Amino acid sequence: MGVTSTELLFVSLADPTRRAIFERLCRDGELTVRALTDKAGVSQPAVSKHLGVLKHAGLVQDRPDGRQTHYSARPEGLKPMLDWLEIYGAFWRDRFDRLESLLNRMDQ
Amino acid sequence: MNELATRSLVVERLMPHPPEKVWRALTQGPLIEEWLMANDFKPVVGHRFNFRAAPSPHWNGVTDCEVLVVEPNETLSYSWNASGDEAAGGVKTVVTWTLTPAAGGTQLRMEQSGFWPREANYQGAQFGWNKFFDNLDRVVAAL
Repeated sequence: MGVTSTELLFVSLADPTRRAIFERLCRDGELTVRALTDKAGVSQPAVSKHLGVLKHAGLVQDRPDGRQTHYSARPEGLKPMLDWLEIYGAFWRDRFDRLESLLNRMDQ
Repeated sequence: MNELATRSLVVERLMPHPPEKVWRALTQGPLIEEWLMANDFKPVVGHRFNFRAAPSPHWNGVTDCEVLVVEPNETLSYSWNASGDEAAGGVKTVVTWTLTPAAGGTQLRMEQSGFWPREANYQGAQFGWNKFFDNLDRVVAAL
């Protein structure tokens, strides 16, 4: 089976350069690969590759415009990460219920 | 969002039972199994053990743990890590239980921390996780 959307998201954000690119798009809005490359400190092909990973994870979208491609952030792509933490929260609240029930049945 | 920013999860509840009793439920294997999962836990610092649950499509059901802190009736802490093939990409966290005597029983607090890598893992990185989570707060608030 393929990786889940949460795994894709974690893997794509685990790289500091990719996080920086995603943050920049969140902050500055739509940018071209060239504009992103100027500040990224890595080559244009490397930036393009990072953008491909971010796009696959649902964190950015692209808009071709002639010879240029513009990229913008999809912050809503972070939702699986938030949902994932919420699953753990629900898990522990359920276990607290079970623990309380056990304590009520235990002798002093 | 606060949970994300601090990279930990906290659940707290007042249990109408004395700390000594709550401690037993947290540290005796057969009792732990009744409310959490099957286990080979021992309240000994350094003891390695597993929690085992039925596997599901995206989880092998096994959690790798090591006892980190045992302060009877007060604090219990163990690592809580994904196991086997899932260890590399899975959770690597610490679960800490704190028992505080309170009127009418015990204030029980569970904190699971370390959901995301710490800054120290990325020394020299241009943009760290801490900064990322600061910014993420703003981004998510706008969703």
